[in-house]
Amino acid sequence: MLWYLGRRLLQVIPVFLGATLLLYAMVFLRPGDPVAALGGERGLPEAVQEQIRAEYNLDKPFIVQYLLFLRGVVTLDFGVDFRGREITEVIANAFPVTIQLALMALAIEAIFGVGFGLFAGMRKGGIFDGSALVVSLFFIAVPTFVVGFVMQIVVGVRLGWLPVAVGRDPDFISLLMPAMVLAAVSFAYVLRLTRTSVAENLSADYVRTARARGLRRSQVTGRHVLRNSLIPVVTFLGADIGALMSGAIITEGIFNINGVGGTLYDAIIRGESVTVVSLTTVLVLVYIGANLLVDLLYAALDPRIRYA
Amino acid sequence: MTTQFPVTNEGADGTAGPAPFDPSKPLLEIRDLEISFTTGVGEVQAVRGADLTVYPGQSVAIVGESGSGKSTTAAAIIDLLPGTGKVTGGSIRFEGRDLVTASRAEKEALRGRAIGLVPQDPMSNLNPVWRIGTQVEEALKANGFKGSKAALRERVAEVLAEAGLPDATRRARQYPHEFSGGMRQRALIGIGLASRPQLLIADEPTSALDVTVQRQILDHLEDMTRDLGTALLFITHDLGLAAERAEHLLVMFKGKVVESGPAREILADPQHPYTQRLVASAPSLASRRIQTAHVHGEASAELHAHHVGEAPVAAGPATVVEAKNLTKVFQIRGPRPGSSADFTAVDDVSFTLGRGRTLAIVGESGSGKSTAANMVLGLLDPTSGSVEFDGVDVAALNPKEAFAFRRRVQPVFQNPYGSLDPMFSIFRSIEEPLKLHGVGSPKEREARVRELLDMVSLPQSAMRRFPNELSGGQRQRIAIARALALKPEVVVLDEVVSALDVLVQAQILELLDDLQTELGLSYLFITHDLAVVRQIADDVVVMQSGKVVEQASTDEVFDTPREQYTRDLLAAIPGARLEGDALAG
Amino acid sequence: MPENRYENPGGPVTPSPRPGQERYVAPVDEGGLGAVDAVKADDAPTSLWRDAWLQMRSRWLFWVSAVIIVLVVLVAAFPGLFTSLDPRVCNLAQALEPPQAGHPFGFDRQGCDIYTRTIYGARASVVVGVLATTMVVVLGTAIGAIAGYYGKWFDTILSRITDIFFAIPLVLAAIVIMSVTTNRTSFTVAFVLALFGWTQIARITRGTVLSVKNNEFVTAARSLGMGRGQILWRHVLPNSAAPIIVYATVALGQFIVAEATLSFLGIGLPPSTVSWGGDISAAQGAIRTAPEILLYPAGGLALTVLGFMMMGDVVRDALDPKARKR
Repeated sequence: MLWYLGRRLLQVIPVFLGATLLLYAMVFLRPGDPVAALGGERGLPEAVQEQIRAEYNLDKPFIVQYLLFLRGVVTLDFGVDFRGREITEVIANAFPVTIQLALMALAIEAIFGVGFGLFAGMRKGGIFDGSALVVSLFFIAVPTFVVGFVMQIVVGVRLGWLPVAVGRDPDFISLLMPAMVLAAVSFAYVLRLTRTSVAENLSADYVRTARARGLRRSQVTGRHVLRNSLIPVVTFLGADIGALMSGAIITEGIFNINGVGGTLYDAIIRGESVTVVSLTTVLVLVYIGANLLVDLLYAALDPRIRYA
Repeated sequence: MTTQFPVTNEGADGTAGPAPFDPSKPLLEIRDLEISFTTGVGEVQAVRGADLTVYPGQSVAIVGESGSGKSTTAAAIIDLLPGTGKVTGGSIRFEGRDLVTASRAEKEALRGRAIGLVPQDPMSNLNPVWRIGTQVEEALKANGFKGSKAALRERVAEVLAEAGLPDATRRARQYPHEFSGGMRQRALIGIGLASRPQLLIADEPTSALDVTVQRQILDHLEDMTRDLGTALLFITHDLGLAAERAEHLLVMFKGKVVESGPAREILADPQHPYTQRLVASAPSLASRRIQTAHVHGEASAELHAHHVGEAPVAAGPATVVEAKNLTKVFQIRGPRPGSSADFTAVDDVSFTLGRGRTLAIVGESGSGKSTAANMVLGLLDPTSGSVEFDGVDVAALNPKEAFAFRRRVQPVFQNPYGSLDPMFSIFRSIEEPLKLHGVGSPKEREARVRELLDMVSLPQSAMRRFPNELSGGQRQRIAIARALALKPEVVVLDEVVSALDVLVQAQILELLDDLQTELGLSYLFITHDLAVVRQIADDVVVMQSGKVVEQASTDEVFDTPREQYTRDLLAAIPGARLEGDALAG
Repeated sequence: MPENRYENPGGPVTPSPRPGQERYVAPVDEGGLGAVDAVKADDAPTSLWRDAWLQMRSRWLFWVSAVIIVLVVLVAAFPGLFTSLDPRVCNLAQALEPPQAGHPFGFDRQGCDIYTRTIYGARASVVVGVLATTMVVVLGTAIGAIAGYYGKWFDTILSRITDIFFAIPLVLAAIVIMSVTTNRTSFTVAFVLALFGWTQIARITRGTVLSVKNNEFVTAARSLGMGRGQILWRHVLPNSAAPIIVYATVALGQFIVAEATLSFLGIGLPPSTVSWGGDISAAQGAIRTAPEILLYPAGGLALTVLGFMMMGDVVRDALDPKARKR
């Protein structure tokens, strides 16, 4: 088990280095000069530009820039943005609400996705299964921002059930609608995954043998069908934490939430390349961390790969 | 501490069988059973009017090929028909109660407690995510075990120990993947008998296991059911096995019971044509070299005079293939990351294959027999030692010669589903070798494909078909035709009949023998099944853990085996006991 | 009847048969034995593809999605067939006017005809979707097949590269890169999406190739002396195609959504290109007063994606190896 954990941790390092290098290169190794674009149409005076370049190491060779950036990541000191704010602080301010949003979305998709998926999979080919499939396809096909607008209009404006936008200090209720919107696509995938997995396990030999042992139907469903079907679902959910946080950029935009997405979008519009790369790096870290968590969950749920 | 189950096998000393019922009344009575499945093309009848009677403590076997309805009948008894299957007629009476009309709760109560099941494939029948002990516990608790946690744990260990698993307390904490196939099957037998059912259904309980393990498990199953007074309903494809283990026998074919009666009688005097064919072809029973116009090495050259166009090399040295001190070492991943260990799959193995003869390499899984075959085929390079073909070391050939060498030795594999590319039509499959080696014009190649189809007794119209449209036996014929396309001298037959039904198996063996006579082929026959060996091989090499255990002519190996391992293998052939008794009597 | 050596066999000894267990021999069913192994000669041969097709065409879902896809592709290729107006000719005086004769969906905030813009918006989505999917299939299949088939250090290196690209979420990467891209065309959007979208298909291909290459027909081809590349091309890849096709159909829908998302954020296609994402973004400003103008481009987008997703479902069911008859 320890070996497994250690090996996975070791494997994560090159992936992290590769991914950040890739992102860094994409942003800084492009034609055009981030600093020259800073002052809008007229641009900043040449001397100021030089000063900024020196401050952000932009005058050094690319690989040195990257290594300096990496040192910042490791020491959790991303420097200051073009407006003079500590980027680490910007990140610290942005993350809590996004994490809350992502966890709420995760709970929603887990509860409803697994619930409906189990029900649909137990009676594959039935009416409920058919409608669940159509609904799930619909959620996958309609982009998040459309779902968001429709929810705003219908649930927020017409019905007035939930607040339309989120203020400075978001509470549980005001985050409920954004969380639902954020969860929509993943909910559909969780539903479909659970359904397939349950249907597959229902016809597995060991389920038949469990019934032959005299177990009641509810016991067979819970202990054998559901337990085994959850392996792929839980791993999907784990990986989805990372995806939800980076996917929040759309949802946060629609509902005007000042989370990671909002801050990132802001930085993109302003051309704050350093902030963009820093935020993205943290998101990639979360994503990689989530995938690592998935591997561990997998090992915990499926004894066959525990010592692999 | 109270348990309601006997703690030890009280039946073992014959004092207290758990039989509170009248042994003269049938335990299970099936009458006119009809089962059908709903498929895309409508209702398909799987079982038609089957009758079956089992008395308490008795052992009854149902014999049939795949698709005969034998497993479906068994599944219907415990209401576990797969998919869309349902009982459409007849009755299943257990201790006088009709199970077809019983409620779900009633049937659930019977399962495990009154009727146990030992399923076919030990690999897929234990839930991989629960410990073995937990799965035994489930069975006990579901069937009314009342007692403390400690009592339960103790009882679990007993169940596993009874099933022949040593160190049961530790074993109970392990997961299925930490068990070998034989151990898993023992655990399943333990679970099946845990709650002391009156009837145990064993559905091909050992067909997925090695022969020697098979025998041990069956012996153990027999002992346990006898000691406990449990009736046994035994489902199998192997007539020899059934006759050896059961007193009453049913033969099923295409959903119908074609013959039933006392096992010995059926074996001695089969009446129905199907049963007669089955008795004649069962490899476990028909243990004689197939008697076509088989001729040995020297004589075959003469015979080829009539087939000059056919026979690839009519004359030549008496030895075609000689394997000299073959050794193959694989690097496998060690227990620690980065570490590696050497695994010797084939260890200093030598054998010779005579021209026009059949050499069988026999061994259980992990014996290295297939690795040895792959080295003969030139698919694996030996770590040391050499394969000589007509006295020439194959490893020394240059690429061009090596390519030409491929034409002289061709393989046929076990799995009739995996050995043909599903995307290729039969014509393309058989033509591929010819095309690759640039043989003939397209027209000539087509003529050759037709000729090859004739040779393997398939209609020429089959060449437009795709593999998924053919049966297992037909696919195996196609695979043979493809192997013969380039007129090889040696054919490596790797478990070619293991996946086939008995009758089809007999047909394929006969076909192989005919082809050998006709074309002067030399066969390297890889198998785990000694019963088949006697039907096809002239010489035998017995392998175990990568080493040659015994090497002699087939008759010598069967009549006067020198090594204990060979004797074990021979004893494990189902029906061997019957034959021994018959000869003695 | 062949010689029988069991006229006096051993085995368990039974007393005379008990009731219900008397000797029984079924009447011989003529024709039953001979007809076991016939090759059907009548109907056309069924390759796996034909088999899949026969299965697909019997489902209504297939026809619904096929109609949607054909319609969307037609609209994208020949928008002029469906409207005579120019999507870029707008009259501010007509802004937000309701539907009227010749203008079934009414006008948007700039006074453009919504119907015409919705028709012309199809092209951007379909072009980006098809381009990105093509690139992803080529790149992902090549990388996955080489990693899976050649193994060893090919596999090590390619799998690590796949891991690296996989570690960056698609939409996030696309947003970051598109935000610093000045030359924004359908091709650049598709390229960026493909650059970070190929990992899934590479992983799928690698897995399939790994299992296909263990088949005995591959070993048979090797013992014929066929070269490795030839085997990969002729045997392994065709047999790995099914999951790739299924995934590609679904991916097409996902790329269309991703493109719309980027255009919605204003960093996808430039405003000069008519696109559903851009129009949704433009309609956002009037969401409280005239929410319906948002629904037309959103509806077109959803219908298109739904078409491809449903087709993916149908194709998956038809090509699923578990559902195949053996």
